[in-house]
Amino acid sequence: MAKGKETVPRTLLVALVLSIVFSVVVSTAAVVLRPAQIKNQNLDIKTNILAASGMLPEGAGAEEIEKVFSQFEVRLVDLETGDYVEPSFVGVKDPMKYDMYKATSDPEMSTNILSSADKAGIKRRPNISKVYTLSENGNIKRVVLPVHGYGLWSTLYGFMSLEGDLNTIEGLGFYDHAETPGLGGEVDNPRWKSQWVGKELYDEDKTKPQIRLIKGGVSSNAPGKEHKVDALSGATLTSRGVQSLVNYWMGDRGYAPFLKKLREGEV
Amino acid sequence: MAEVTAKQVLFEPIFSNNPIGLQILGICSALAVTTSMNVTIVMCLSVIAVTAFANLAVSLVRTQIPGSIRIIVQMTIIASLVIVVDQILKAYAYEISKQLSVFVGLIITNCIVMGRAEGFAMKNGPWLSFLDGIGNGMGYSIMLLFVAFFRELLGAGSLFGVTLLTPVNEGGWYITNGLLLLPPSAFFIIGLAIWGLRTWMPEQVEEEDYKMSRHTHKEAF
Repeated sequence: MAKGKETVPRTLLVALVLSIVFSVVVSTAAVVLRPAQIKNQNLDIKTNILAASGMLPEGAGAEEIEKVFSQFEVRLVDLETGDYVEPSFVGVKDPMKYDMYKATSDPEMSTNILSSADKAGIKRRPNISKVYTLSENGNIKRVVLPVHGYGLWSTLYGFMSLEGDLNTIEGLGFYDHAETPGLGGEVDNPRWKSQWVGKELYDEDKTKPQIRLIKGGVSSNAPGKEHKVDALSGATLTSRGVQSLVNYWMGDRGYAPFLKKLREGEV
Repeated sequence: MAEVTAKQVLFEPIFSNNPIGLQILGICSALAVTTSMNVTIVMCLSVIAVTAFANLAVSLVRTQIPGSIRIIVQMTIIASLVIVVDQILKAYAYEISKQLSVFVGLIITNCIVMGRAEGFAMKNGPWLSFLDGIGNGMGYSIMLLFVAFFRELLGAGSLFGVTLLTPVNEGGWYITNGLLLLPPSAFFIIGLAIWGLRTWMPEQVEEEDYKMSRHTHKEAF
Protein backbone atom coordinates (compact mmCIF):
# COMPACT_ATOMS: atom_id res chain seq x y z
CA MET A 1 0.00 0.00 0.00
CA ALA A 2 1.24 3.44 -0.91
CA LYS A 3 2.21 5.47 2.09
CA GLY A 4 0.81 8.90 2.71
CA LYS A 5 -2.24 8.38 0.54
CA GLU A 6 -4.47 9.70 3.29
CA THR A 7 -3.08 13.27 3.16
CA VAL A 8 -5.30 16.16 2.07
CA PRO A 9 -3.34 17.13 -1.09
CA ARG A 10 -3.31 13.50 -2.14
CA THR A 11 -7.05 13.17 -1.62
CA LEU A 12 -7.68 16.29 -3.68
CA LEU A 13 -5.38 15.03 -6.42
CA VAL A 14 -7.16 11.67 -6.64
CA ALA A 15 -10.55 13.41 -6.73
CA LEU A 16 -9.38 15.77 -9.47
CA VAL A 17 -7.82 13.09 -11.67
CA LEU A 18 -10.87 10.87 -11.25
CA SER A 19 -13.27 13.67 -12.21
CA ILE A 20 -11.28 14.54 -15.31
CA VAL A 21 -10.89 10.95 -16.49
CA PHE A 22 -14.55 10.08 -16.07
CA SER A 23 -15.90 13.31 -17.49
CA VAL A 24 -13.88 12.56 -20.61
CA VAL A 25 -15.26 9.00 -20.73
CA VAL A 26 -18.87 10.11 -20.28
CA SER A 27 -18.74 13.02 -22.70
CA THR A 28 -16.99 10.91 -25.35
CA ALA A 29 -19.73 8.32 -25.12
CA ALA A 30 -22.42 10.99 -25.31
CA VAL A 31 -20.87 12.77 -28.28
CA VAL A 32 -19.96 9.67 -30.26
CA LEU A 33 -23.36 8.02 -29.84
CA ARG A 34 -25.44 11.19 -30.33
CA PRO A 35 -26.07 10.82 -34.10
CA ALA A 36 -27.24 7.23 -33.69
CA GLN A 37 -29.58 8.26 -30.89
CA ILE A 38 -31.14 11.11 -32.85
CA LYS A 39 -31.62 8.79 -35.79
CA ASN A 40 -33.39 6.33 -33.49
CA GLN A 41 -35.67 8.98 -32.05
CA ASN A 42 -36.70 10.25 -35.46
CA LEU A 43 -37.22 6.74 -36.72
CA ASP A 44 -39.34 6.01 -33.67
CA ILE A 45 -41.62 8.98 -34.36
CA LYS A 46 -41.92 8.04 -38.01
CA THR A 47 -42.72 4.43 -37.07
CA ASN A 48 -45.48 5.61 -34.76
CA ILE A 49 -46.97 7.88 -37.41
CA LEU A 50 -47.01 5.07 -39.95
CA ALA A 51 -48.47 2.68 -37.38
CA ALA A 52 -51.30 5.11 -36.57
CA SER A 53 -52.20 5.46 -40.22
CA GLY A 54 -51.97 1.72 -40.85
CA MET A 55 -49.17 2.18 -43.36
CA LEU A 56 -46.44 0.40 -41.41
CA PRO A 57 -45.18 -2.56 -43.42
CA GLU A 58 -44.79 -5.61 -41.22
CA GLY A 59 -41.27 -6.14 -39.90
CA ALA A 60 -40.00 -3.16 -41.87
CA GLY A 61 -36.41 -2.05 -41.48
CA ALA A 62 -35.19 1.49 -41.03
CA GLU A 63 -34.77 2.12 -44.74
CA GLU A 64 -38.26 0.97 -45.64
CA ILE A 65 -39.80 3.14 -42.94
CA GLU A 66 -37.91 6.17 -44.22
CA LYS A 67 -39.09 5.42 -47.72
CA VAL A 68 -42.76 5.05 -46.81
CA PHE A 69 -42.59 8.09 -44.55
CA SER A 70 -41.08 10.25 -47.28
CA GLN A 71 -44.54 10.30 -48.94
CA PHE A 72 -45.71 12.46 -46.06
CA GLU A 73 -45.33 16.20 -46.06
CA VAL A 74 -44.46 17.68 -42.68
CA ARG A 75 -46.10 21.06 -42.08
CA LEU A 76 -46.50 23.43 -39.15
CA VAL A 77 -49.95 24.78 -38.38
CA ASP A 78 -51.09 27.76 -36.32
CA LEU A 79 -53.84 26.19 -34.22
CA GLU A 80 -55.65 29.50 -33.67
CA THR A 81 -56.14 30.40 -37.32
CA GLY A 82 -55.68 27.01 -38.92
CA ASP A 83 -53.13 28.34 -41.38
CA TYR A 84 -49.78 26.82 -42.27
CA VAL A 85 -46.76 28.69 -40.97
CA GLU A 86 -43.21 28.65 -42.25
CA PRO A 87 -40.70 26.62 -40.17
CA SER A 88 -38.63 29.80 -39.77
CA PHE A 89 -41.51 31.20 -37.69
CA VAL A 90 -40.55 28.85 -34.85
CA GLY A 91 -36.85 29.21 -35.55
CA VAL A 92 -36.12 25.92 -37.31
CA LYS A 93 -35.20 25.02 -40.86
CA ASP A 94 -36.60 21.54 -41.01
CA PRO A 95 -40.17 21.28 -39.63
CA MET A 96 -39.28 17.77 -38.39
CA LYS A 97 -36.98 19.46 -35.84
CA TYR A 98 -39.78 21.45 -34.19
CA ASP A 99 -40.84 19.94 -30.85
CA MET A 100 -44.38 21.00 -30.03
CA TYR A 101 -44.19 19.42 -26.57
CA LYS A 102 -41.11 21.40 -25.67
CA ALA A 103 -42.92 24.52 -26.87
CA THR A 104 -45.55 24.11 -24.12
CA SER A 105 -42.97 25.16 -21.55
CA ASP A 106 -42.17 28.35 -23.48
CA PRO A 107 -44.64 31.16 -22.64
CA GLU A 108 -43.99 32.77 -26.04
CA MET A 109 -44.93 29.67 -27.96
CA SER A 110 -47.85 28.32 -25.99
CA THR A 111 -51.10 29.43 -24.37
CA ASN A 112 -52.63 28.67 -21.04
CA ILE A 113 -55.85 26.71 -21.21
CA LEU A 114 -58.58 27.76 -18.78
CA SER A 115 -59.22 24.89 -16.42
CA SER A 116 -62.90 24.82 -17.42
CA ALA A 117 -61.91 24.29 -21.05
CA ASP A 118 -59.01 21.97 -20.34
CA LYS A 119 -60.79 18.75 -21.21
CA ALA A 120 -57.60 16.91 -22.07
CA GLY A 121 -55.87 17.93 -18.83
CA ILE A 122 -52.79 19.37 -20.52
CA LYS A 123 -52.76 22.86 -18.92
CA ARG A 124 -50.86 24.51 -21.79
CA ARG A 125 -51.28 24.18 -25.52
CA PRO A 126 -48.58 24.94 -28.08
CA ASN A 127 -49.56 27.70 -30.52
CA ILE A 128 -48.02 25.85 -33.41
CA SER A 129 -48.54 22.18 -34.08
CA LYS A 130 -46.85 19.77 -36.44
CA VAL A 131 -49.05 17.89 -38.90
CA TYR A 132 -48.28 15.21 -41.44
CA THR A 133 -50.18 15.24 -44.69
CA LEU A 134 -50.20 12.84 -47.58
CA SER A 135 -51.44 14.11 -50.94
CA GLU A 136 -52.09 12.46 -54.24
CA ASN A 137 -52.43 14.60 -57.37
CA GLY A 138 -52.93 17.67 -55.22
CA ASN A 139 -55.72 16.12 -53.17
CA ILE A 140 -55.29 15.40 -49.49
CA LYS A 141 -55.47 11.66 -48.98
CA ARG A 142 -54.49 11.35 -45.36
CA VAL A 143 -53.66 13.58 -42.39
CA VAL A 144 -51.86 12.46 -39.24
CA LEU A 145 -52.26 14.71 -36.20
CA PRO A 146 -50.36 14.49 -32.90
CA VAL A 147 -52.67 14.34 -29.86
CA HIS A 148 -52.03 14.15 -26.15
CA GLY A 149 -53.95 14.27 -22.90
CA TYR A 150 -54.20 12.97 -19.39
CA GLY A 151 -55.48 9.48 -18.64
CA LEU A 152 -55.37 8.05 -15.13
CA TRP A 153 -51.68 8.10 -14.18
CA SER A 154 -49.98 9.75 -17.05
CA THR A 155 -50.19 11.90 -20.14
CA LEU A 156 -50.82 9.79 -23.21
CA TYR A 157 -49.02 10.88 -26.38
CA GLY A 158 -50.20 9.58 -29.69
CA PHE A 159 -51.19 10.17 -33.28
CA MET A 160 -54.58 10.20 -34.93
CA SER A 161 -54.81 9.52 -38.62
CA LEU A 162 -57.73 10.80 -40.71
CA GLU A 163 -58.82 9.88 -44.21
CA GLY A 164 -59.01 12.41 -47.03
CA ASP A 165 -62.55 13.49 -46.05
CA LEU A 166 -60.98 14.75 -42.79
CA ASN A 167 -63.77 13.08 -40.85
CA THR A 168 -63.24 9.34 -41.01
CA ILE A 169 -60.70 7.95 -38.56
CA GLU A 170 -58.05 5.74 -40.03
CA GLY A 171 -56.35 4.88 -36.78
CA LEU A 172 -55.34 6.05 -33.33
CA GLY A 173 -52.20 4.94 -31.57
CA PHE A 174 -50.34 6.00 -28.45
CA TYR A 175 -46.60 5.77 -28.26
CA ASP A 176 -45.98 7.03 -24.76
CA HIS A 177 -48.04 6.54 -21.61
CA ALA A 178 -47.81 4.95 -18.18
CA GLU A 179 -51.31 3.57 -17.69
CA THR A 180 -51.85 0.40 -15.64
CA PRO A 181 -50.58 -2.64 -17.55
CA GLY A 182 -53.44 -4.98 -18.40
CA LEU A 183 -56.15 -2.36 -17.75
CA GLY A 184 -55.55 1.18 -19.07
CA GLY A 185 -52.42 -0.13 -20.76
CA GLU A 186 -54.73 -1.98 -23.14
CA VAL A 187 -54.89 1.25 -25.20
CA ASP A 188 -52.01 -0.46 -27.00
CA ASN A 189 -54.02 -3.60 -27.70
CA PRO A 190 -54.29 -3.98 -31.50
CA ARG A 191 -57.79 -5.44 -31.21
CA TRP A 192 -59.01 -2.42 -29.29
CA LYS A 193 -57.28 -0.01 -31.63
CA SER A 194 -58.83 -1.66 -34.66
CA GLN A 195 -62.28 -0.50 -33.47
CA TRP A 196 -61.36 3.09 -34.22
CA VAL A 197 -60.92 2.45 -37.91
CA GLY A 198 -63.84 3.87 -39.88
CA LYS A 199 -65.38 5.83 -37.01
CA GLU A 200 -66.46 9.37 -37.80
CA LEU A 201 -65.38 12.42 -35.85
CA TYR A 202 -68.08 14.93 -36.72
CA ASP A 203 -71.80 15.23 -37.36
CA GLU A 204 -73.12 17.15 -40.36
CA ASP A 205 -72.01 20.53 -38.97
CA LYS A 206 -68.37 19.35 -39.08
CA THR A 207 -67.22 21.39 -36.10
CA LYS A 208 -67.97 19.55 -32.89
CA PRO A 209 -66.33 16.13 -32.50
CA GLN A 210 -68.75 13.50 -31.24
CA ILE A 211 -66.50 10.62 -30.18
CA ARG A 212 -67.83 8.63 -27.21
CA LEU A 213 -66.24 5.71 -25.43
CA ILE A 214 -69.15 3.69 -24.08
CA LYS A 215 -69.46 0.75 -21.75
CA GLY A 216 -70.75 -2.63 -22.81
CA GLY A 217 -69.72 -2.64 -26.46
CA VAL A 218 -71.19 -0.98 -29.53
CA SER A 219 -74.01 -3.02 -31.02
CA SER A 220 -74.52 -2.95 -34.78
CA ASN A 221 -77.82 -1.06 -34.53
CA ALA A 222 -76.88 1.45 -31.82
CA PRO A 223 -77.82 5.04 -32.69
CA GLY A 224 -74.80 7.12 -33.60
CA LYS A 225 -72.58 4.04 -33.66
CA GLU A 226 -70.28 5.75 -36.16
CA HIS A 227 -69.06 7.93 -33.27
CA LYS A 228 -68.96 5.26 -30.58
CA VAL A 229 -66.10 3.05 -29.48
CA ASP A 230 -66.18 0.34 -26.82
CA ALA A 231 -64.41 1.60 -23.69
CA LEU A 232 -61.58 -0.36 -22.10
CA SER A 233 -62.87 -2.73 -19.44
CA GLY A 234 -61.56 -1.99 -15.98
CA ALA A 235 -60.15 1.35 -17.13
CA THR A 236 -62.92 3.91 -16.88
CA LEU A 237 -60.60 6.84 -16.24
CA THR A 238 -58.19 5.98 -19.05
CA SER A 239 -61.15 5.60 -21.42
CA ARG A 240 -62.57 8.91 -20.30
CA GLY A 241 -59.15 10.49 -20.83
CA VAL A 242 -58.91 9.12 -24.36
CA GLN A 243 -62.43 10.35 -25.18
CA SER A 244 -61.65 13.81 -23.82
CA LEU A 245 -58.33 14.16 -25.53
CA VAL A 246 -59.71 13.13 -28.92
CA ASN A 247 -62.63 15.52 -28.59
CA TYR A 248 -60.39 18.31 -27.34
CA TRP A 249 -57.83 18.03 -30.12
CA MET A 250 -60.40 17.58 -32.88
CA GLY A 251 -62.49 20.47 -31.50
CA ASP A 252 -62.21 24.20 -32.21
CA ARG A 253 -59.40 24.65 -29.69
CA GLY A 254 -57.48 21.91 -31.43
CA TYR A 255 -57.35 21.06 -35.11
CA ALA A 256 -60.94 21.91 -36.14
CA PRO A 257 -60.01 25.35 -37.65
CA PHE A 258 -57.19 23.73 -39.61
CA LEU A 259 -59.32 20.81 -40.77
CA LYS A 260 -62.08 23.21 -41.83
CA LYS A 261 -59.69 25.27 -43.95
CA LEU A 262 -58.15 22.13 -45.37
CA ARG A 263 -61.58 20.76 -46.27
CA GLU A 264 -62.55 23.96 -47.99
CA GLY A 265 -59.24 24.12 -49.76
CA GLU A 266 -58.24 27.40 -48.16
CA VAL A 267 -54.79 26.31 -47.06
CA MET B 1 -8.42 -13.51 4.32
CA ALA B 2 -8.99 -16.98 2.95
CA GLU B 3 -7.84 -17.54 -0.61
CA VAL B 4 -10.63 -17.72 -3.13
CA THR B 5 -10.46 -19.40 -6.50
CA ALA B 6 -11.72 -17.95 -9.74
CA LYS B 7 -14.30 -20.69 -10.04
CA GLN B 8 -15.72 -20.00 -6.60
CA VAL B 9 -15.87 -16.29 -7.24
CA LEU B 10 -17.67 -16.79 -10.52
CA PHE B 11 -20.20 -19.46 -9.60
CA GLU B 12 -20.91 -19.09 -5.89
CA PRO B 13 -23.14 -16.02 -6.28
CA ILE B 14 -25.44 -17.92 -8.62
CA PHE B 15 -27.09 -20.19 -6.07
CA SER B 16 -25.19 -20.55 -2.84
CA ASN B 17 -24.60 -16.83 -2.30
CA ASN B 18 -27.22 -15.25 -4.52
CA PRO B 19 -27.30 -11.47 -4.10
CA ILE B 20 -31.10 -11.37 -4.26
CA GLY B 21 -31.84 -14.74 -2.69
CA LEU B 22 -29.45 -14.65 0.26
CA GLN B 23 -28.40 -11.05 0.67
CA ILE B 24 -31.79 -9.62 -0.39
CA LEU B 25 -30.17 -6.82 -2.43
CA GLY B 26 -31.34 -5.22 -5.68
CA ILE B 27 -35.02 -5.87 -5.05
CA CYS B 28 -36.19 -2.54 -6.47
CA SER B 29 -35.21 -3.26 -10.04
CA ALA B 30 -36.31 -6.87 -9.66
CA LEU B 31 -39.83 -5.54 -9.21
CA ALA B 32 -39.67 -2.90 -11.88
CA VAL B 33 -38.22 -4.48 -14.99
CA THR B 34 -39.54 -8.03 -14.90
CA THR B 35 -42.78 -7.74 -16.87
CA SER B 36 -41.23 -9.16 -20.01
CA MET B 37 -38.28 -11.42 -20.77
CA ASN B 38 -36.77 -9.23 -23.49
CA VAL B 39 -36.56 -6.18 -21.28
CA THR B 40 -35.28 -8.26 -18.38
CA ILE B 41 -32.45 -9.77 -20.42
CA VAL B 42 -31.22 -6.36 -21.51
CA MET B 43 -31.39 -5.13 -17.92
CA CYS B 44 -29.45 -8.21 -16.75
CA LEU B 45 -26.74 -7.72 -19.36
CA SER B 46 -26.45 -4.07 -18.36
CA VAL B 47 -26.10 -4.96 -14.69
CA ILE B 48 -23.53 -7.68 -15.44
CA ALA B 49 -21.49 -5.24 -17.52
CA VAL B 50 -21.67 -2.49 -14.92
CA THR B 51 -20.82 -4.74 -11.97
CA ALA B 52 -17.95 -6.40 -13.79
CA PHE B 53 -16.34 -3.21 -15.07
CA ALA B 54 -16.99 -1.26 -11.89
CA ASN B 55 -15.26 -4.02 -9.92
CA LEU B 56 -12.40 -4.06 -12.40
CA ALA B 57 -11.92 -0.30 -12.28
CA VAL B 58 -12.21 -0.06 -8.52
CA SER B 59 -9.79 -2.94 -8.06
CA LEU B 60 -7.22 -1.36 -10.42
CA VAL B 61 -7.08 1.88 -8.45
CA ARG B 62 -7.76 0.37 -5.02
CA THR B 63 -4.27 1.06 -3.65
CA GLN B 64 -4.52 4.72 -4.67
CA ILE B 65 -7.95 5.54 -3.24
CA PRO B 66 -7.78 7.53 0.00
CA GLY B 67 -10.05 5.95 2.59
CA SER B 68 -11.91 9.19 3.29
CA ILE B 69 -13.35 9.49 -0.23
CA ARG B 70 -13.49 5.85 -1.26
CA ILE B 71 -17.30 5.65 -1.43
CA ILE B 72 -17.47 8.76 -3.61
CA VAL B 73 -14.75 7.34 -5.86
CA GLN B 74 -16.68 4.08 -6.27
CA MET B 75 -19.87 6.00 -6.89
CA THR B 76 -18.24 8.11 -9.61
CA ILE B 77 -16.89 5.03 -11.36
CA ILE B 78 -20.25 3.26 -11.20
CA ALA B 79 -22.24 6.32 -12.26
CA SER B 80 -19.99 6.92 -15.27
CA LEU B 81 -20.31 3.31 -16.38
CA VAL B 82 -24.08 3.43 -16.03
CA ILE B 83 -24.28 6.59 -18.15
CA VAL B 84 -22.16 4.94 -20.82
CA VAL B 85 -24.39 1.84 -20.79
CA ASP B 86 -27.50 4.03 -20.99
CA GLN B 87 -26.09 5.94 -23.97
CA ILE B 88 -25.19 2.70 -25.74
CA LEU B 89 -28.69 1.30 -25.21
CA LYS B 90 -30.26 4.51 -26.52
CA ALA B 91 -28.11 4.27 -29.62
CA TYR B 92 -28.41 0.56 -30.38
CA ALA B 93 -31.47 -0.80 -28.57
CA TYR B 94 -33.80 2.17 -28.61
CA GLU B 95 -37.08 0.28 -28.20
CA ILE B 96 -35.92 -1.58 -25.13
CA SER B 97 -34.19 1.43 -23.64
CA LYS B 98 -37.53 3.24 -23.88
CA GLN B 99 -39.18 0.48 -21.87
CA LEU B 100 -36.39 0.36 -19.31
CA SER B 101 -36.60 4.15 -19.09
CA VAL B 102 -35.34 5.32 -15.75
CA PHE B 103 -34.28 1.92 -14.46
CA VAL B 104 -31.04 1.84 -16.39
CA GLY B 105 -30.05 5.03 -14.61
CA LEU B 106 -31.09 3.47 -11.35
CA ILE B 107 -28.47 0.73 -11.70
CA ILE B 108 -26.30 3.33 -9.96
CA THR B 109 -28.31 2.83 -6.80
CA ASN B 110 -28.38 -0.95 -7.10
CA CYS B 111 -26.88 -2.18 -3.83
CA ILE B 112 -25.25 -5.14 -5.56
CA VAL B 113 -22.91 -2.98 -7.63
CA MET B 114 -21.84 -0.79 -4.75
CA GLY B 115 -21.70 -3.72 -2.35
CA ARG B 116 -19.33 -5.72 -4.55
CA ALA B 117 -17.10 -2.70 -5.19
CA GLU B 118 -16.76 -1.96 -1.49
CA GLY B 119 -16.87 -5.54 -0.22
CA PHE B 120 -14.77 -7.37 -2.80
CA ALA B 121 -12.98 -5.17 -5.31
CA MET B 122 -11.34 -3.01 -2.63
CA LYS B 123 -9.56 -6.10 -1.27
CA ASN B 124 -8.87 -8.25 -4.33
CA GLY B 125 -6.97 -8.15 -7.60
CA PRO B 126 -8.48 -6.93 -10.87
CA TRP B 127 -9.04 -10.32 -12.50
CA LEU B 128 -10.80 -11.88 -9.51
CA SER B 129 -12.83 -8.70 -9.02
CA PHE B 130 -13.91 -8.74 -12.64
CA LEU B 131 -15.06 -12.36 -12.30
CA ASP B 132 -16.80 -11.54 -9.04
CA GLY B 133 -18.71 -8.79 -10.83
CA ILE B 134 -19.79 -11.18 -13.58
CA GLY B 135 -20.74 -13.82 -11.01
CA ASN B 136 -22.87 -11.49 -8.95
CA GLY B 137 -24.41 -10.02 -12.07
CA MET B 138 -25.37 -13.55 -13.11
CA GLY B 139 -26.78 -14.31 -9.68
CA TYR B 140 -28.95 -11.22 -10.00
CA SER B 141 -29.87 -12.17 -13.56
CA ILE B 142 -30.94 -15.71 -12.79
CA MET B 143 -33.37 -14.47 -10.18
CA LEU B 144 -34.72 -11.75 -12.47
CA LEU B 145 -35.21 -14.18 -15.33
CA PHE B 146 -37.02 -16.56 -12.99
CA VAL B 147 -39.39 -13.78 -11.93
CA ALA B 148 -39.85 -12.48 -15.48
CA PHE B 149 -40.61 -15.98 -16.79
CA PHE B 150 -43.66 -16.33 -14.57
CA ARG B 151 -44.73 -12.71 -14.84
CA GLU B 152 -44.69 -12.66 -18.62
CA LEU B 153 -46.13 -16.14 -19.11
CA LEU B 154 -49.00 -15.82 -16.64
CA GLY B 155 -49.47 -12.06 -16.86
CA ALA B 156 -49.45 -11.61 -20.62
CA GLY B 157 -49.58 -15.18 -21.94
CA SER B 158 -46.35 -14.84 -23.85
CA LEU B 159 -42.61 -15.41 -23.60
CA PHE B 160 -40.07 -13.15 -25.30
CA GLY B 161 -43.07 -11.40 -26.84
CA VAL B 162 -44.25 -14.60 -28.58
CA THR B 163 -47.82 -15.42 -27.60
CA LEU B 164 -48.11 -18.92 -26.12
CA LEU B 165 -51.42 -18.69 -24.30
CA THR B 166 -53.74 -16.53 -26.41
CA PRO B 167 -55.39 -14.04 -24.05
CA VAL B 168 -59.13 -13.37 -24.06
CA ASN B 169 -58.48 -9.76 -25.12
CA GLU B 170 -57.05 -11.04 -28.38
CA GLY B 171 -59.80 -13.57 -28.93
CA GLY B 172 -58.19 -16.54 -27.19
CA TRP B 173 -59.08 -18.51 -24.06
CA TYR B 174 -56.47 -17.46 -21.52
CA ILE B 175 -57.63 -15.01 -18.86
CA THR B 176 -54.49 -13.04 -18.05
CA ASN B 177 -53.56 -12.54 -14.44
CA GLY B 178 -53.42 -8.77 -14.09
CA LEU B 179 -51.69 -8.90 -10.71
CA LEU B 180 -48.60 -10.41 -12.31
CA LEU B 181 -48.19 -7.35 -14.50
CA LEU B 182 -48.01 -5.13 -11.44
CA PRO B 183 -44.79 -4.74 -9.42
CA PRO B 184 -46.04 -6.26 -6.11
CA SER B 185 -46.39 -9.69 -7.74
CA ALA B 186 -42.60 -9.87 -8.02
CA PHE B 187 -42.45 -9.88 -4.22
CA PHE B 188 -44.49 -13.07 -4.13
CA ILE B 189 -42.39 -14.77 -6.79
CA ILE B 190 -39.10 -13.72 -5.18
CA GLY B 191 -40.45 -14.90 -1.83
CA LEU B 192 -41.36 -18.29 -3.27
CA ALA B 193 -37.98 -18.52 -5.00
CA ILE B 194 -36.15 -17.81 -1.76
CA TRP B 195 -38.28 -20.41 0.00
CA GLY B 196 -37.37 -22.96 -2.68
CA LEU B 197 -33.69 -22.00 -2.53
CA ARG B 198 -33.54 -22.37 1.24
CA THR B 199 -35.35 -25.69 1.20
CA TRP B 200 -32.74 -26.93 -1.27
CA MET B 201 -29.83 -25.41 0.69
CA PRO B 202 -30.87 -25.38 4.35
CA GLU B 203 -27.58 -23.77 5.38
CA GLN B 204 -28.94 -20.49 3.95
CA VAL B 205 -31.71 -20.35 6.51
CA GLU B 206 -30.98 -17.54 8.91
CA GLU B 207 -30.94 -18.10 12.61
CA GLU B 208 -33.88 -16.66 14.41
CA ASP B 209 -33.15 -13.31 16.01
CA TYR B 210 -35.05 -14.27 19.10
CA LYS B 211 -37.18 -17.10 20.31
CA MET B 212 -40.73 -16.54 21.30
CA SER B 213 -41.31 -17.57 24.86
CA ARG B 214 -43.87 -20.22 25.56
CA HIS B 215 -47.34 -18.97 26.14
CA THR B 216 -47.90 -19.17 29.87
CA HIS B 217 -51.43 -19.49 30.99
CA LYS B 218 -52.64 -18.02 34.23
CA GLU B 219 -56.01 -18.68 35.73
CA ALA B 220 -58.10 -15.61 36.35
CA PHE B 221 -59.05 -16.60 39.86
